[in-house]
Amino acid sequence: MEVMNEIWANDQIRSAVLISSKPGCFVAGADINMLAACKTSQEATRVSQDGQRIFEKLEKSTKPIVAAISGSCLGGGLELAISCQYRIATKDRKTVLGVPEVLLGILPGAGGTQRLPKMVGIPAAFDMMLTGRNIRADRAKKMGLVDQLVEPLGPGVKPPEERTIEYLEEVAVMFAKGLADKKITPKRDKGLVEKLTSYAMRIPFVRQQVYKTVEEKVRKQTKGLYPAPLKIIDAVKTGIEQGSDAGYLAESQKFGELAMTKESKALMGLYHGQVLCKKNKFGTPQKEVKQLAVLGAGLMGAGIAQVSVDKGLKTLLKDTTVAGLGRGQQQVFKGLNDKVKKKAVTSFERDSIFSNLIGQLDYKDFEKADMVIEAVFEDLSIKHKVLKEVEAVTPDHCVFASNTSALPIKEIAAVSKRPEKVIGMHYFSPVDKMQLLEIITTETTTRDTTASAVALGLKQGKVIIVVKDGPGFYTTRCLAPMMSEVIRILQEGVGPKKLDSLTTGFGFPVGAATLADEVGVDVAQHVAEDLGKAFGERFGGGNVELLKQMVAKGFLGRKSGKGFYIYQEGSKDKNLNSDMDSIFASLKLPAKPEASSDEDIQYRVVTRFVNEAVLCLQEGILATPEEGDIGAVFGLGFPPCLGGPFRFVDLYSAQKIVDRLRKYEAVYGKQFTPCQLLLDHANSPGKKFYQ
Amino acid sequence: MTSILTYTFKNLPSTSKWALRFCVRPLSCSSQLRAAPAVQTKSKKTLAKPNLRNIVVVDGVRIPFLLSGTSYKDLMPHDLARAALLGLLHRTNVPKEVVDYIIFGTVIQEVKTSNVAREAALGAGFSDKTPAHTVTMACISSNQAMTTAVGLIASGQYDVVLAGGVELMSDVPIRHSRKMRKMMLDLSRAKTLGQRLSLLSKFRLNFLSPELPAVAEFSTSETMGHSADRLAAAFAISRLEQDEYALRSHSLAKKAQDEGLLSDIVPFKVPGKETVSKDNGIRPSSLEQMAKLKPAFIKPYGTVTAANSSFLTDGASAMLIMSEDKALAMGYKPKAYLRDFVYVSQDPKDQLLLGPTYATPKVLEKAGLTMSDIDVFEFHEAFSGQILANFKAMDSDWFAQNYMGRKTKVGALPLEKFNAWGGSLSLGHPFGATGCRLVMTAANRLRKEGGQFGLVAACAAGGQGHGMIVETYPK
Repeated sequence: MEVMNEIWANDQIRSAVLISSKPGCFVAGADINMLAACKTSQEATRVSQDGQRIFEKLEKSTKPIVAAISGSCLGGGLELAISCQYRIATKDRKTVLGVPEVLLGILPGAGGTQRLPKMVGIPAAFDMMLTGRNIRADRAKKMGLVDQLVEPLGPGVKPPEERTIEYLEEVAVMFAKGLADKKITPKRDKGLVEKLTSYAMRIPFVRQQVYKTVEEKVRKQTKGLYPAPLKIIDAVKTGIEQGSDAGYLAESQKFGELAMTKESKALMGLYHGQVLCKKNKFGTPQKEVKQLAVLGAGLMGAGIAQVSVDKGLKTLLKDTTVAGLGRGQQQVFKGLNDKVKKKAVTSFERDSIFSNLIGQLDYKDFEKADMVIEAVFEDLSIKHKVLKEVEAVTPDHCVFASNTSALPIKEIAAVSKRPEKVIGMHYFSPVDKMQLLEIITTETTTRDTTASAVALGLKQGKVIIVVKDGPGFYTTRCLAPMMSEVIRILQEGVGPKKLDSLTTGFGFPVGAATLADEVGVDVAQHVAEDLGKAFGERFGGGNVELLKQMVAKGFLGRKSGKGFYIYQEGSKDKNLNSDMDSIFASLKLPAKPEASSDEDIQYRVVTRFVNEAVLCLQEGILATPEEGDIGAVFGLGFPPCLGGPFRFVDLYSAQKIVDRLRKYEAVYGKQFTPCQLLLDHANSPGKKFYQ
Repeated sequence: MTSILTYTFKNLPSTSKWALRFCVRPLSCSSQLRAAPAVQTKSKKTLAKPNLRNIVVVDGVRIPFLLSGTSYKDLMPHDLARAALLGLLHRTNVPKEVVDYIIFGTVIQEVKTSNVAREAALGAGFSDKTPAHTVTMACISSNQAMTTAVGLIASGQYDVVLAGGVELMSDVPIRHSRKMRKMMLDLSRAKTLGQRLSLLSKFRLNFLSPELPAVAEFSTSETMGHSADRLAAAFAISRLEQDEYALRSHSLAKKAQDEGLLSDIVPFKVPGKETVSKDNGIRPSSLEQMAKLKPAFIKPYGTVTAANSSFLTDGASAMLIMSEDKALAMGYKPKAYLRDFVYVSQDPKDQLLLGPTYATPKVLEKAGLTMSDIDVFEFHEAFSGQILANFKAMDSDWFAQNYMGRKTKVGALPLEKFNAWGGSLSLGHPFGATGCRLVMTAANRLRKEGGQFGLVAACAAGGQGHGMIVETYPK
């Protein structure tokens, strides 16, 4: 700001360029810790107003200011850029623009809600602010968010990145001079569609319709669980309908209110957790994985291969049959080709990426493998067989990772010659979409092996939690009691549709019955039986018989076309599977009226999940609550607005959750007995998972 | 029908713009040797190698290189190639039956004459017993034709090979869209009226939008001019420097033309038109005039313009290559030896046009020569910015260490020995034919200026490059 004042004060200076000295980043937003430090909404409002004032000065500057953007230009960074008179961005993949505040439960509080609609039009501004999506530079140019693009340069007589920034600066200076000399005008030609849209937006009736439609859509999608989107709409509306003074005031006040909500605290906590889980706390592995091998070209195996080749890893994909292998290769190709359709990569890049994949039926070249990930059928004897086969051909340093959702790694490692190199890597389906990777270490797994697995996972772009071995590890173990409760609820006569709407209404992105169909009923049955044996009564509740009967009838969920619902290719509507009625009827349980209100049903599902998660921390399966929250939200779809089971306990008080558990314990028994750690937290209210 | 035509035309970019984008596509350079001061001592007396046949260029010719859309516009590529072959026969008086083999380079193929070497040879009256093939390697296609000939002779398969190149940018194959082609092919296979009608019902108007030949790198989708502009920016080469270099090229070409130095040209009587005897793209202008042009690729602030780029050109060249023994036995006095050569390739995106930088040190080391041994440099000029970027890259220790795996820079090129009779920027650049022009210019300059070694270098689409040493034939 001092520099800016000097610029305005000095007559010699006629224009200015704003550029970041940090490569790969223009301004990636305000410091969210600053916001976290605010104790009251008034303080947060002041933060917003300070930002607004500074940017207003920029906007009103009589000397043209050019923002030269290279790298992330997010949140406050974008608000800064749109306050300038002109924007030039580097057209590379690292340069993204966006206002991701909504993902943190707040709104763009430094004039963003007021300037963005004027710059890109109301519909596009709503889209940006309500989704928080990142916009690549070329798209930003088309939208009018930036005025010029600069191509990234290759090597010259200095490193490409360095020279590209210099070039960006040179071009920006050229435009700054041009603007000062009035040779260039910051106005741009709008396309026909854009002209029509902006004309339509001048009609109050059309605007009202737009607000209404957007509000309805937001209400439908957030189910009232996220306050930020509606406040964003409000702030925009106030600015347009009542003038900018009212708009800025509304923006800063709503910013203050949002900053104090539980939702924003939960979402910011997730953000921090995600940053944490993107780091390798086990250090750099002695040997980088350069040659990967994946066993089994099924859904998981091919998915793992896809995210690996995508990052330039040479990957052997082995299956036992030509048909199985071909299916897997096609899956990888399709995954990459979908990226071409989305213009994320070119068809040439797709081919070059795809050539990193080598499909085979034998163990050729496994002697060069640095890591083998097996994704064969979930059966201990098969896992043992492939482990022995693999160890016979791989070098001593090769890590053997097992992709399993429930089989204890210790048992798999029991037949290994090199148990210190055996580790679990639990991917989530679909692998290319789900961000989470759960890594499972046994007592014999060395730190270097773990470091190696984490490094690979990070390379694959995963968010990683590292947990101790045990039946169901962390994620599956939390899911099992929840699913057990879901079955009991279904047995008590609540229909799948009703159950789905109750769970999504609580914030789960996917309803509980649909989730079972997605995971696969046979898998759910397997897990329920295995974990039921391991943990006994605590995992009881619903009758596994229901799953067994479904499997017997071939109702395996989405993959077989029928589960709780009927799935049809190409059709998004799903209808209830009426053949389930007889199964429900045969296993019907009387509903307990004292624990069957809608809210009770929601809490029965959630509290069992939360209780089990806290128990995992108590038992040391989980190392930190952060990992527990990330695992639950990213792997199992625990409501993000609650921030994960641990954040949920902190924000909604352990006592209330214990009270709930006690209430249901009285009705159903031991499955709801709160664990010791949860009781400890309830007994000393100052105790929090997050300090 | 009218509407169809209108539609088609709408989809064609304006000619000038399109032409320019095209001209940037292939690129090659060569260098020649200049009269060495008497005091200078060479690292080597000659590049002859024991147990290897010496290979000589007896002579080489080209028809004048013309701007596309001028006098050659109604011809086909093999017509130009034929004219070059006939010119070579006339110049050398080589009996047709002595020729063992014929190779031509070309880039944009006329589909009717995809082996243009064979069609041209037959048309020029060569024996139908003389085989011919066509090679393609973007702007270094005729370099590939020459080195293929060298390989065939060196390995003892043949003694006399004709190598040349041809490009006719006045006409390029514009195809129907893939959808349209597919429908047409399916229609030809349809057996019943019903099948035909059902196929026709799938027709959509957008099937008619034509497909232009690639104006961009296939791997990166970037046009060459765009890449050249980025390259110039990467090496911080200003618009003025580029315009000055282009002006130099045109001025030197004009001087060479006026002094009659471009002796490789053979006149061509174009059927139905006048006899063409001069290149028509040489247009020395002024820096002020050039500064007025708008950037052609990176708008509005780029530095590559129509004036500092090579233009779309029609032309053909041909050379008579023999083993030295055979040439002497036939009583010829060859012009030059063709010595060591290399092909290089690198990143087709960011180093698309840096072939000469990589080829130069490699071929010099292979031949056991140093930069100071070279009397004549003859490099292909695709763009001013590209030539100047290569100069800077060769003169940079940083670039040599980080990208070429060398300890020190290749070294600065002596401008006084460089492209002294003009280059592709001024003479023109028929993609497939430029390589032979570079070698013949190097050979002729060496004779004229009294030098011994010439270095020819060129870059090409795909991020490839070529370098070759030409040694003058002792008098």
